Amino acid sequence: MLRYFLRRLLGAIPTLFLIVVISFFMIRLAPGGPFSTERQVPKEVEANLLRAYHLDEPLWQQFLRYLGGLMHGDFGPSFKYKDFSVTDLIAQGFPVSLQLGGIAIVLALLIGITLGITAAFRQNSLLDYTATGISMLGIAVPNFIIAPLMTLVFGLMLGILPVGGWGGAKHYVLPVVALCLPQIAIVTRLMRGSMIEVLHTNYVRTARAKGLPEIVTITRHAIRAAILPIVSYLGPAIAAIITGSVVVEQIFGIPGIGRYFVQGSLNRDYTMVMGVTIFYGALIIFCNLVADMLYGLLDPKIRYS
Amino acid sequence: MSAALTSADLTDQIEVKGRSLFADALRRFRGNKAAMLSVVVFVLITIACFGAPYFGLRSQDDVNYDLILAAPDWSQGYFFGTDANGRDLFVRTLYGGQVSLMVGFVATLVSLVIGVTWGATAGFIGGRVDGFMMRIVDILYSLPFIFFVIMLTVVFGRDMLLIYAAIGAISWLDMARIVRGQTISLRRKEFIEAAEASGVRTHNIILRHIIPNCIGPVVVYVTLTVPTVMLTESFISFLGMGVQEPDSSWGTLVSEGASTMEQAPWAVIGPAGILALTLLCLNFIGDGLRDAFDPKDR
Repeated sequence: MLRYFLRRLLGAIPTLFLIVVISFFMIRLAPGGPFSTERQVPKEVEANLLRAYHLDEPLWQQFLRYLGGLMHGDFGPSFKYKDFSVTDLIAQGFPVSLQLGGIAIVLALLIGITLGITAAFRQNSLLDYTATGISMLGIAVPNFIIAPLMTLVFGLMLGILPVGGWGGAKHYVLPVVALCLPQIAIVTRLMRGSMIEVLHTNYVRTARAKGLPEIVTITRHAIRAAILPIVSYLGPAIAAIITGSVVVEQIFGIPGIGRYFVQGSLNRDYTMVMGVTIFYGALIIFCNLVADMLYGLLDPKIRYS
Repeated sequence: MSAALTSADLTDQIEVKGRSLFADALRRFRGNKAAMLSVVVFVLITIACFGAPYFGLRSQDDVNYDLILAAPDWSQGYFFGTDANGRDLFVRTLYGGQVSLMVGFVATLVSLVIGVTWGATAGFIGGRVDGFMMRIVDILYSLPFIFFVIMLTVVFGRDMLLIYAAIGAISWLDMARIVRGQTISLRRKEFIEAAEASGVRTHNIILRHIIPNCIGPVVVYVTLTVPTVMLTESFISFLGMGVQEPDSSWGTLVSEGASTMEQAPWAVIGPAGILALTLLCLNFIGDGLRDAFDPKDR
């Protein structure tokens, strides 16, 4: 198990390297330097600026320098927030994004799994149709539509929740709901499908036939098998939450990484954009890895060696 | 089905019409009310968007300074109200739909071509080539693509063509996996063996025999790719990094509407509603097709 984990961890290195290479060279292809959008500066000043940011060195040297910095967790200076390094900004924003995303994913799993199981037990009932209908809606309607509509209803019309900003518990409600609704929808669908399948298996029939109480049949036997597709969906779910957080943080004005990313993209803060891409890329790879390990722990048919 | 046909022919010589996989699927699809309704609604939306220039509506950049952020007024023909520049939002939504739908189709086409070719080649050749090609897909899978697409738009400016290509180029991975799986199961079949034995070249076998037999799952997946792609485009446009003025897409309209929501809630509801409706229809159609092609999955 440990060996498998280490091997996977090693296997992630080329992928990570690829992310760094693609982002680095893509950014360097950008027409005009990072300072060319500002007002015209004297030649000497520009040369000094370029030297200060090591932009006058050959490309491969710049790349090695950047790579060396990354090894120490240094994403380089931000081109727009002059007094901050990208690492500072990520360190500031990440706790916020992590809280938001963490709550969203836990809620999505809890609600989605419960809804899915309930729908599976009452297959083709009104409740089932409602649950599948709502989950269809959640899949089709993106969170950048849900978020403004919820702000409109709860923030502006009813006035019970703040429309943006960050602080108290109330500020969490709308962003978290906007983030986790689509995931609830997908988890519900997956859970319903796999639960229906498991309920038709022989071992569930056997468990029922030998007179186990229904609740034990479900919790001990059915759920353990039915939950596997959800575990394998965890990786994509985390990636989706991260992507979603970019737009949700932007809409609600939450000081997380996603917001820095969008701001950076809009005002061409190249190092910022590159840093966030690499950081989130690494995070997604790591989460996928953890999800795979979890899958191995839960599914007795899979043994990692 | 063909087996049933021949045995019937042999025994009583009764004319029995064989039912092809497609005819069967079509019959099942017709029976799916939600999917059929979705097809109708989707076709209507598409016609409305692309026919907008011929319906004698206002132009999308007709500015009316007397009606800034005006509420929907059916008697005047302002079905969705007006935006912050006094432009007819209904017309803008239709024109924006042209962009969104085009992105959906073009990017899906790009992903279709790359994905089918890649998957069929990997699956058919097999062995080391397959391992290598699918390893690339695995690596690409774990890249944070939306970030790369945004980065591309940051670096290369906001060229529509680039957005089409970029989104298409990132959505072929699933397609490649599906086609590869299908190909591997097909290549052991007798008719492929027969083609190989009679000396048909590899690329001809892939083009003539493998790809046509993958069409079922591919069609299903294509209908599910279109909404995903449209979603990606509107996501980027919503963030202000996609389609630029004077053009608009549903993403930019939702974004603009959200910014004037306090004074004019209808400005977000119109475009958002149409976008959601379209995505919903496409998802229903995709699900319906999947059920139709793969009835045991229900």
